[in-house]
Amino acid sequence: MAGTKTALYKRRIRDFILQYKESKLGIVGLFILVFFIFVATFANNLSDHSIKPTGGILKDRFKPPSSKYILGTDDVGRDIATLIMYGGRISLLIGFLAAIISGGIGTIVGLTAGYFGGWKEDLLMRITDIVLVIPGLPLMLVLASLLGSNFWNIIFVISVIGWTGTARVVRAQVLSLKERAFIESSKAIGASDLRIIGYHLLPNVFPLIVAQMILGVGGAILSEAALSFLGLGDPSSVSWGMILHWAFAVGSLSSNYWWFIIPPGICITLVSLGFTFVGFALDQIVNPRIRRR
Amino acid sequence: MTLLEVENLHTYFETREGTVKAVDDVSLKMERGDSLGLAGESGCGKTTTMLSIMRLLPSNGKIISGKINFDGIDMVSLDEDELRRKIRWKRMSMVFQGAMNALNPVFRVGDQIVQAIVSHENIEKEKAWARVEELFQLVGIDPNRAKDYPHEFSGGMKQRAVIALSLALNPDLVIADEPVTALDVIVQAQILELVRELINKLNISMILITHDLSVIADTCNKAAIMYAGKIVEQGDIMTIFKSPEHPYSQGLLTNYPSIKSERMRFTPISGRPPNLINPPSGCRFHPRCPFAMEVCSKKVPETIELERGHYIACHLKTN
Amino acid sequence: MSSKDKLVVIENLKKYYPVRMGLLQSLRSKERLFVKAVDEVSFHIKNGEIYGLAGESGCGKTTTGKLILNLITSTSGKVMFKGEDILSLKKGGIKEFRKRAQIIYQDPYESLDPRMTIFDFVSEPLIVHNIGDIEKRVEEALETAELTPPREFFYRFPHELSGGQRQRVAIARAMILNPEFIVADEPVSMLDVSIRTSILNLMMRLRDEFDISYLYITHDLATAKHICDRIGIMYLGKIVEEAEVEELIDNALHPYTQALIAAVPDPDPSVEKSKAIIKGEIPDPIHLPTGCRFHTRCHYMKDICMKVEPEIKEVSEGHRIACHLY
Repeated sequence: MAGTKTALYKRRIRDFILQYKESKLGIVGLFILVFFIFVATFANNLSDHSIKPTGGILKDRFKPPSSKYILGTDDVGRDIATLIMYGGRISLLIGFLAAIISGGIGTIVGLTAGYFGGWKEDLLMRITDIVLVIPGLPLMLVLASLLGSNFWNIIFVISVIGWTGTARVVRAQVLSLKERAFIESSKAIGASDLRIIGYHLLPNVFPLIVAQMILGVGGAILSEAALSFLGLGDPSSVSWGMILHWAFAVGSLSSNYWWFIIPPGICITLVSLGFTFVGFALDQIVNPRIRRR
Repeated sequence: MTLLEVENLHTYFETREGTVKAVDDVSLKMERGDSLGLAGESGCGKTTTMLSIMRLLPSNGKIISGKINFDGIDMVSLDEDELRRKIRWKRMSMVFQGAMNALNPVFRVGDQIVQAIVSHENIEKEKAWARVEELFQLVGIDPNRAKDYPHEFSGGMKQRAVIALSLALNPDLVIADEPVTALDVIVQAQILELVRELINKLNISMILITHDLSVIADTCNKAAIMYAGKIVEQGDIMTIFKSPEHPYSQGLLTNYPSIKSERMRFTPISGRPPNLINPPSGCRFHPRCPFAMEVCSKKVPETIELERGHYIACHLKTN
Repeated sequence: MSSKDKLVVIENLKKYYPVRMGLLQSLRSKERLFVKAVDEVSFHIKNGEIYGLAGESGCGKTTTGKLILNLITSTSGKVMFKGEDILSLKKGGIKEFRKRAQIIYQDPYESLDPRMTIFDFVSEPLIVHNIGDIEKRVEEALETAELTPPREFFYRFPHELSGGQRQRVAIARAMILNPEFIVADEPVSMLDVSIRTSILNLMMRLRDEFDISYLYITHDLATAKHICDRIGIMYLGKIVEEAEVEELIDNALHPYTQALIAAVPDPDPSVEKSKAIIKGEIPDPIHLPTGCRFHTRCHYMKDICMKVEPEIKEVSEGHRIACHLY
């Protein structure tokens, strides 16, 4: 029965899946992400090595990959493969949270600036421009060192820099949506500004925001890796960036402990790529190009 | 003398949802000097018919079967290179919908026409420019304006320029798709006057595709009415417009508001145009036809010649 | 004709849009440039009447329609709706007014929210105004708009409907609050020919059944002749002629009106072809002609036409014109 609510949701999902399947990048990206999320979630089932700093067998340190330690060991004898599995949790978690928060900030800024215009728009867009113009990494470094390195501060620092892209994209979308007849039609029936923003603009911008957020996760993971690598990460948490930090701190490059450097590097790259690919695929579906008539 | 003959043309499109039978067994014939109006609503296949004739179908469209004979040349099997060198613009040119917006904004208008001329003919630039000035005179633009850019032209002027472009190489046939739809009423009248004048002066043949029946009545001497991928009725303009025989044509024409007729209440055709992936069985119009009989839902009506030059596809007449 | 007859009275309505000038330009000339989109427009619409506002693109007809509904803020002027000045209402008053006056847009592909179901879209006015019994009212509204069976349409999305169906949805939404007045902005110009007449018939039936008045905005005089009771012709922001529809078409006095009527092609190939009795195109609205705005294209132009703007006057019962010839 074409007219029921469940039938329509089924149709929407089916149409979405069909469209998504058309993007090869999207499929690849999805596979990558599913793999890493799976591994991160079931890390404790996949490995019985410990990641505690005291949990390593010291005489086994700096061992290259073997049947016991598939990716070798670190400077205190911990199994690197296990570190990487648990590290995925931190990296992904920070990535997601930072992306959601910066996506949220960007959306609010973009919606307000785009819908209200006038001085509100000017003010918000100037702030956006200022944040955009300041080089991201140095700013993050300054903030991180001022605030101190713990889990939430890292997320805060990344979010505070990362919202500008979303803000601009959302504002652009809102500006063009604002001109469409159905927005004025809402005014014509007496809807308030809040209702128009919440019920009409937001649902129409939402897919774009999701695509932006997913792309944002990729970027946030890179930022976190950079911060941790440079020593500003939370030393008590095991993230891929921290692993790289320790690797370089004990001179893995000159001592050629490649198993300490390459695996975390590949993971960061792959996951970031994965999110980017998925983000691209979503963007292609969501981007208001040709309206279906 | 027959200029264009289309026989049993089938053009289908492949889409995600299925095969769209956009043009399904269309046949028409044009003599030299005819101006044929191809009329129908959105989705009836008129634009696809035109694109098939010009071999400009998009990548998912294909001529499945049928013949297109243009002055003795088989257009369907002609290879792309010959088509470009010999036919396009030299013998058959086109004016697209919204063509005035297709003028390249970074080139002067005159340059664009010169470009079209020299890419088809081995001719010096000065001679080409002289031709441009001649064309501008013909279409009613001050020749000095040839050195202007498109944004300096008004809407009506742009349309005239596009018409000039289509006539640049003295084609035998000009195909125009909704050439006046985007224009205001008075400019539209100016352009229609120009079109009538050019048809007379140059003895040019024209196919005019539009949903606006009054534009066809205003400029053409023959008309073909399309519905859901098929031609339901065709003939000379007086017969079709004054005494239409097909129920669809009748429905369209009796409900067409005219500024000269008495105020009236309309009796619209019920229902709406069908889906071309799964069109109705038999006669495609039968679900909306006030005279539908049993055979109409079962058998596709054959096209018969009611009287000289007047063709119709309707079971009411096949008796 | 008593004033009780008049539902909407528009007095000296103006909408000027300032033209953005570059820095250099604004330093050089002191004069601020404006596009005088609607310039001192005055007319009235009676109870149960379909008033046609006709003209070519840029004449100000759509802007006038939106100004009347206070969807665009006017530069000056009054709009009296049943004696109340709509343009000076505050927020609460405007919201009340919205229940009584609605709009139908030209583009059925743009005027429906693509992300809302038909049910949500048609019920929204009820939610905004806190009116209950939602399901029943939506069902009734869809029935009134001839979308049957109504429940079939509840959970559909706009892109699944045809142009004609979408326009009916727009009508259902406009009707659900039981308005007294509807502004219809070229409601059928983007629909297929065979659908147009059924939508127009629907609109007229609603007028007969529910006693609604319409402002019918159009560029198509042929259709206007069959729908409207009275027509006002606009040119560059002003009303140049106004009369009952048959009087206007059979006895057009303003040269522009005459040109418009002569330019309309007829679906009867045996009658006289359309004629362009005036040359040129609509002038630049930023640099308007002096005096009468139409003088640059008028065959009957006199000296005074270049200098003085003609006032609109009544030349016979119900027939007004702004022209120095009269």
